[in-house]
Amino acid sequence: MSAKRVGADALEAKGWLGTNKWLLLRRISQLSILGLFLLGPVAGIWIVKGNLAYSYTLGVLPLTDPYVALQSLLTGHIPEKLGLIGVAVVLVFYFLVGGRVYCSWVCPVNIVTDTASWLRRRLGIKGSVHLARNTRYWILGMTLLGSALTGVVLWELINPVSMLHRGLIFGMGLAWTIVLAVFLFDLFVMSRGWCGRLCPVGAFYGLIGKRSPVGISAAERSACNDCMDCFEVCPEPQVIRPALKGAASGAGPVILSSACTNCGRCIDVCSKDVFRFGSRFNNAIPVSEAGGLHTATSGK
Amino acid sequence: MATTDDTRPVAVRKSAPARRQFLFDTARMACGVGMLGLGLGLYAKQAKALPAMALRPPGALAENDFLGACIRCGMCVRDCPYDTLSLAKPETPVATGTPFFTARNVPCEMCEDIPCVKACPTGALDHRLTDINKSRMGLAVLIDHETCLNFLGLRCDVCYRVCPVIDKAITLELVPNARTGRHAMFLPTVHSDHCTGCGKCEKACVTEVASIKILPVAVAKGSLGKHYRLGWDEQTKAGGSLIDEKSMVDLPDRLPEGMKLPGHYDPGSGATAAPGAVQADMPPGMPGSSAGPVPSAPPGLGGPSVPSTPLGMPGSVAGKVPSHPPGLGGGK
Repeated sequence: MSAKRVGADALEAKGWLGTNKWLLLRRISQLSILGLFLLGPVAGIWIVKGNLAYSYTLGVLPLTDPYVALQSLLTGHIPEKLGLIGVAVVLVFYFLVGGRVYCSWVCPVNIVTDTASWLRRRLGIKGSVHLARNTRYWILGMTLLGSALTGVVLWELINPVSMLHRGLIFGMGLAWTIVLAVFLFDLFVMSRGWCGRLCPVGAFYGLIGKRSPVGISAAERSACNDCMDCFEVCPEPQVIRPALKGAASGAGPVILSSACTNCGRCIDVCSKDVFRFGSRFNNAIPVSEAGGLHTATSGK
Repeated sequence: MATTDDTRPVAVRKSAPARRQFLFDTARMACGVGMLGLGLGLYAKQAKALPAMALRPPGALAENDFLGACIRCGMCVRDCPYDTLSLAKPETPVATGTPFFTARNVPCEMCEDIPCVKACPTGALDHRLTDINKSRMGLAVLIDHETCLNFLGLRCDVCYRVCPVIDKAITLELVPNARTGRHAMFLPTVHSDHCTGCGKCEKACVTEVASIKILPVAVAKGSLGKHYRLGWDEQTKAGGSLIDEKSMVDLPDRLPEGMKLPGHYDPGSGATAAPGAVQADMPPGMPGSSAGPVPSAPPGLGGPSVPSTPLGMPGSVAGKVPSHPPGLGGGK
């Protein structure tokens, strides 16, 4: 266990707020979305109805989870018009801002697994069961095939994401046990196990944003002092290397991997301000080639 | 997997160990995720077994289709004005997150505008349902004749009174009360072509455990079979007998010697016995005996023509009980 805590340099250089800016914004985003959903059942102010699977805002904006909708479609059922519009809105939105923005800015399980990861670092828990990061795509494929075969929206039978969100809004029951299981799994069994290796919801959203224009750029990568704090804190550390260390091979500086959640934590913890939000079109090499490069390096 | 006849340049050929590793990795992943899938699939099969007491909202597709169509958003729950619906929790024996209600707790109030169906974004609640009276959430079954108060001869009638489709979905059928010998039983009788399965009868049933319950239609309903025809219906439809009755062999009617049944049609001879030609020795109670009691009537309901009623029994004194409801007396 190193004596120095992750982000200590940044704390010194940028102050507490500068080191936690994006984290704070994300928590505000996650909690206000949850708050909007809770406002109805708790205070009787109905701005948003439903949950993350489908919601209807102010009687005008339908939002449908495209992954759930696809599973339903594969069972042979076609949704009503509002449901379909909701799918289109969500697909366009997450394509524009980055697919896994859902994971880091919306999903309530992110708070659970971030906490597990933080605690894992603080307690100095080393060692983790190894599982390939592309396991989630296999599970994604299995749930789609399984939905078609069983005629049931398969992943929704056990999906901890919807169980937690639905539980908070419609009544928890024993759903907390599933959430606790995910927390303990990430803490003791597998570092970044749930969101980083297993969850097919995140995998699906990642695929939506595969060519998303918004990404994190290691714009000042020449200033990098190899403190490794960004790798320590990143939920998908494999995405950083091509962007940060790709100067020699002509890769980067924008992170192109669809696994990147655009959480901005690397921006926070970097004392040298290497990272910033940018556009994938700001890359040194053409996007099409970089896309090929990134598919070759991601998912491992 | 090393192939000796590989003609590709050495640089293109994947090294054998790398290819082996790739195949092993793929196999490992396929098997591991396959096992998870198998588990989920079997769980899905279990999830389809909806418990009989859990009812789906109006317009819900058949359970098999419903679990593929419902995305568990809870919009129907939100738009139900009576808080009838709830989403299944993981520990509920209903597929997690899907809407259901329990009639004994909160029944469906059968809103005319059916807001729950309108709110459904997927059509898991079928938007073609626009008349709530056509919904079939289940079917009421008066399942326990031993505890139903009306079956005990009392006038509870609560299920009948609360029924939103009163006199169509539930009617009261009058039957003589064999126990008292002088009363009627008003048996609540459910008619499946009108019952929506809203559950108000089950909710209102006064017995400690409901004697009338809503069951899934598939559980509650029998079926005659496709080949089955009701002779009298077919005869009415055809406007006459469907067979050549002249050539029909009519077996002798087993009646007491020398007796004839008035109005009886004998297809063999084509003759009909004259109505009213009652034989003098015909025992009372046979059809056509003018003063006979209801055939199945217990003692006490019979008219004055019952010869065997012992003295002192009800009905023996002129056969008239003052409180007799009209239509039940022997002397029609």
